[in-house]
Amino acid sequence: MGVGLLNTIEVILNGLMTGVLYSLVALGFVLIFKASGIFNYAQGVMSLFAALTLVGFQNGQIPFAELINAVFGTDLHTFGFTMPAILATIFALGVMVLFAIIVERLILKHLVNQEPIILFMATIGLAYFLEGFGDMMWGSDIKTMDLGLPQGGSFWFEEVTQGWAAEGADYWGMYIDVLDVIAAGVAVLLVIALTVFSQYTKTGRALRAVADDHQAALSVGISLRYIWVVTWAIAGFVALVAGSMWGAKSGVQFSLSLIALKALPVLMLGGFTSIPGAIVGGLLIGVGEKLFEFYVGPMVGGATENWFAYVLALIFLVFRPQGLFGDKIIERV
Amino acid sequence: MSIQAAEAARDDASYAAQEEAHGIDPRRIGDVVMEMKNITLRFGGVTAIKDISFDIREHEIRAIIGPNGAGKSSMLNVINGFYHPQEGEIWFRGEKRGPMRPHEIAHQGIARTFQNIALFKGMSTLDNIMTGRMTLMKTNFWQHTLWKGGAEREEVEHRRRVEEIIDFLEIQAIRKTPVGRLPYGLQKRVELGRALAAEPKLLLLDEPMAGMNVEEKEDMCRFILDVNDEFGTTIALIEHDMGVVMDIADRVVVLDYGRKIGDGTPDEVRSNQDVIDAYLGVSHD
Repeated sequence: MGVGLLNTIEVILNGLMTGVLYSLVALGFVLIFKASGIFNYAQGVMSLFAALTLVGFQNGQIPFAELINAVFGTDLHTFGFTMPAILATIFALGVMVLFAIIVERLILKHLVNQEPIILFMATIGLAYFLEGFGDMMWGSDIKTMDLGLPQGGSFWFEEVTQGWAAEGADYWGMYIDVLDVIAAGVAVLLVIALTVFSQYTKTGRALRAVADDHQAALSVGISLRYIWVVTWAIAGFVALVAGSMWGAKSGVQFSLSLIALKALPVLMLGGFTSIPGAIVGGLLIGVGEKLFEFYVGPMVGGATENWFAYVLALIFLVFRPQGLFGDKIIERV
Repeated sequence: MSIQAAEAARDDASYAAQEEAHGIDPRRIGDVVMEMKNITLRFGGVTAIKDISFDIREHEIRAIIGPNGAGKSSMLNVINGFYHPQEGEIWFRGEKRGPMRPHEIAHQGIARTFQNIALFKGMSTLDNIMTGRMTLMKTNFWQHTLWKGGAEREEVEHRRRVEEIIDFLEIQAIRKTPVGRLPYGLQKRVELGRALAAEPKLLLLDEPMAGMNVEEKEDMCRFILDVNDEFGTTIALIEHDMGVVMDIADRVVVLDYGRKIGDGTPDEVRSNQDVIDAYLGVSHD
């Protein structure tokens, strides 16, 4: 195989891996949008908050330490012990469930039957609140997340691919990050689990019912408020997975909440109401931006990854506003 | 004896007399299951229902009829809990009902269908009818998520009941079809199936035959009568088609402009001058 072709394959592979992470964030958006018609602007910040909480628990950080120190003049920082990753994950999940309950109690409950735009505005407020709250609770410094997952390039893969090139060619194999592969595996497991849950359990059936028709769901005895809590808790779970994957890759920092913006073009591509759409959209954007950067980037001075996704989304908005898989309800956003 | 019990006894006595007089088979029709007392419902300045009282007795088919805008659907929505009346009391199975949410009322055993079909369009017929059994499922979130604690047994058992309903309604052929693709008449039948699946103590049907052709109407009539006969389900239904109502209902309430203008057996109602006026129109001079 020629070196050029091998390079293209490498770019596509890496694009797919990045795309999986975009898909993970987009998945959280779709879940909430389907169940309640709310475009949850806070989804990205939820990922950040979940990752912060996970790291905080893991490092045994005292929540609100800075605040406590400022008020009481103490000098507290950590509890002095660390927590195993698995335990910290479970605690972080608990916090996200609690968050879902609080959101339902304090926000959704009071905004039932309001216009979608009002709910959207509420989630913008929620996003900024949560960002500040996360800052206050865990501090704003960049934290490294060590979940015990292997990191760095795979030498095995490099050696294998080196053999693909023609004899004597100037080629040293493909680079692929092991963590990315793990993230992709986790994403696949997550999607399978969500599908099984929604297809084969009572609550899953209720979730689909509520997504379809609120009034009918009420008439068969489904409590909308309970379902909203469940949906937000699941979205919180997805946010935790997405946040910890991003966090493990590039550290837990506040710019993490900006991935949410990348999820927007993903949703425009895939459609706001389709879970397969969120996945395919994420992969397309991931591959598209890497390929574009690789081939077109050098001609225009690079850094195309920052805007490529949005331009692609704009083109989609013009020619297929409902996305690849979505229902025609995009005008609600 | 409490006041309520005394009232109930008096009502029973008067109804026994009424039944005898009107030739209703008293063996089939039982006690009052639902009683609406002086219900008044307003939307802002508009009074949709004004001081209406009536009752529904066990095992009977009770029809609510009236011209457009008479308050029939509002009445059903009051029973079902979508609307909360400003005045009046609702008694269900011997207990006064407090302010309840619709899904809580569903858990009490009141199921309904809608005038403009409210099915879960993306789900199959089977899944739609399974949602009807939601109120009867006992396992909690963790049990059925982990598929433990009898969750599987429960699912199988409910599935069997749902299959029976599917057989009963003769919709075996469309079990796996997403209901959004079905023709109107069949959708109405699936919706009836979903309501039946809850094994309701009171079944509310909002214009079950609206928009159907003659054949579909006959089928639906047959199903309603069979449900009432075989399961003994108490049914309250709204219908426009006077012919149909007079054929299948045991007793009829007639509403006009939010007021009750007639109440009794089909024959009584048919000969009631107010009802005739409301339906045929009369000059008010």
